[in-house]
Amino acid sequence: MPDTQPAVQLDHISRHYKMGENFVRAVDDVSLSVGRGEYLALLGSSGSGKSTLLNLIAGLDRPTAGAIVANGANLAALSPLELARYRRNTIGMIFQSFNLLPRMTLEENVDLPLRLAEVERSERAGRVREALERVRLTHRTGHRPSELSGGEQQRVAIARALVNSPKILLADEPTGNLDSTTGEAILSLLRELQTNLGMTIVMVTHERPLAERFADRLATMGDGKLLSTAPTTRGEAQ
Amino acid sequence: MKFQDLSDLALRNLREALLRNALTTLGVAVGVASLVAIMSIGVGLQQFTSKRLSQSGLFDTIFVTAKNNFRGMGRPQREVQTDKPPRPLDEDARRELEKLPNVIEVYPQVRFFTEVRFHNKPYATVVAGMPDSSRNSGAFDGMQGNFFSSASANEAILQIEFAKDLSDKPPSLIGQDLTLRYAERQAIPAAGGDSASSAGEGGGFSVVPKELHLKIVGIVETEPAAGYGGTGNARLLIPLDTASTLRAAQVNDLRDIVRGSNANKTVYPSLSVRAKSPSQVSVLEASIKNLGFNAFSLLDASKSLQIFFSLFDSLLGIFGGLALTVATLGIVNTLVMAILERRREIGVLKALGAADSDVRQLFFVEAGIMGFLGGILGVGFGWLLGRAITFGVNVYLKRQNLNPIELTSVPWWLVIVALVLGVVVSLLAGLYPASRAAKLNPVDALRYE
Repeated sequence: MPDTQPAVQLDHISRHYKMGENFVRAVDDVSLSVGRGEYLALLGSSGSGKSTLLNLIAGLDRPTAGAIVANGANLAALSPLELARYRRNTIGMIFQSFNLLPRMTLEENVDLPLRLAEVERSERAGRVREALERVRLTHRTGHRPSELSGGEQQRVAIARALVNSPKILLADEPTGNLDSTTGEAILSLLRELQTNLGMTIVMVTHERPLAERFADRLATMGDGKLLSTAPTTRGEAQ
Repeated sequence: MKFQDLSDLALRNLREALLRNALTTLGVAVGVASLVAIMSIGVGLQQFTSKRLSQSGLFDTIFVTAKNNFRGMGRPQREVQTDKPPRPLDEDARRELEKLPNVIEVYPQVRFFTEVRFHNKPYATVVAGMPDSSRNSGAFDGMQGNFFSSASANEAILQIEFAKDLSDKPPSLIGQDLTLRYAERQAIPAAGGDSASSAGEGGGFSVVPKELHLKIVGIVETEPAAGYGGTGNARLLIPLDTASTLRAAQVNDLRDIVRGSNANKTVYPSLSVRAKSPSQVSVLEASIKNLGFNAFSLLDASKSLQIFFSLFDSLLGIFGGLALTVATLGIVNTLVMAILERRREIGVLKALGAADSDVRQLFFVEAGIMGFLGGILGVGFGWLLGRAITFGVNVYLKRQNLNPIELTSVPWWLVIVALVLGVVVSLLAGLYPASRAAKLNPVDALRYE
């Protein structure tokens, strides 16, 4: 399945910063390649640097050293504006705490990336509906996020991440705020979307059993370093 | 982001913190209102003054006298022209002056002190002849009743104070008659049937009391062109031709006699030349001087008056500007608070692909909307404030038995200036918060709880 060129190529990247007196190596010389259409789970305890790594791939942060090539673009060489465009068109992101804008309805939340991408108004409503259908949320779309359950909110967040048809979906602890049943449902939805849409998924999680069930490969981090990568049984089967 | 989406988002954000943003907008409104109110007083006063002045007819009128007129006494004599005898200000001179370009009318000052009888009571007053052209000079705008029906009608317009002397209800006077008692001078031919050439010398005139019935057609606040007469403000105005034909005993008659001029031939002590507009006065004044007459106008006074008012206005503007500055600080404060509150939202927007410029513009538009709404509200408040001040002043004036005045004026340019100022100042206030929001690190912002 993976293309010859990887979706994300991390080449000796480091992210260091100073926190008060301390010098923190949040990500320390990590090299990793994520194939196209691959579902990679980043495991590790908190503070292991997995979220920082995800932010680097997302273009929300820049590495101190090393190069990141995502979807053919060297992120280090992009201007802030180009980086914003990259986030808008190539990346979709979901978060542990959903990060829906509380004052907007579900539809409006999903519409937001289309606004930022300056998609024509006439086209937007259809794309919003389509994205919501993919996550199987077609009723109560005029409600506000607070009126929904956590699982529903995360599905709206997924719809929002999908609406610009990104190549890469980045998920930061997507099940962290959900009970196990709902968390499983969300992960199987992600798996289904990945299969149907051919997306690449990089998911940060600390729940190894779930990761083993849904991801193709596990990458484990500790103290900012990549400790190991190993395919799951599912990944091996492919 | 497209502007429509941007303003849509901005409005939504403004609605969310409704109370705070409304208060901030109100702050802008108060700033703009104080500016508008203060400026409207400045503008109103200026309009009031220049209207009064233009009604007075002082600024489009040139006052012409003969070179040897004794009016020049006390002033250092300018270059004494010995080659030419001084020209008399007679009928020929009047015609010549009328032919000058941009002259509407040349008329003599006809005013005299006389007795008026109304309901058989005598009143002593000054009567002045009004040229027909003053009908359109603006001086009779807002008068009660009408202007004279013709240039030689036996009609009178009363000055309001005189009208109050005549009746408790001045408006009821219109349509009533009054009687003008005047002394007519009749030349006495020189004894011995002398020829006309020597009529003035040796002859004289007798003064014959006469009466003229006048119909009151109107009441006016002040006499136009009251500045020059020398006999004080006239309180009874009659058509100039009517006044001239009365040939009443005018103040300068004695001087004419002393000077030995012809009693039959009209020599004017002075003539008023009305120009089409004040801008032509200085050129006209020069050409009248070339004809060999004295001429002067009050145009220079009007110029310095304009300088005074532009200084006055800018001074007032500074005070209004101070209030607006305070409002600006309010906007800065509100938006900086909003950044803290919406940190996470800014992070989400950036994660979804918003560029720094999108975030900056969003805050900018929010500031602009507050400024625009504040500007509109402020213009309204300012206008109301101006009305209130005018009302208060007029209540006071009424108690003092004075006529009400239009103290404040909000011209359209002031409305535009206030709106633009509200928006510009708000945008300036939005500069710092907007750039701070745009520079927010998305990773930190997303971590922020």
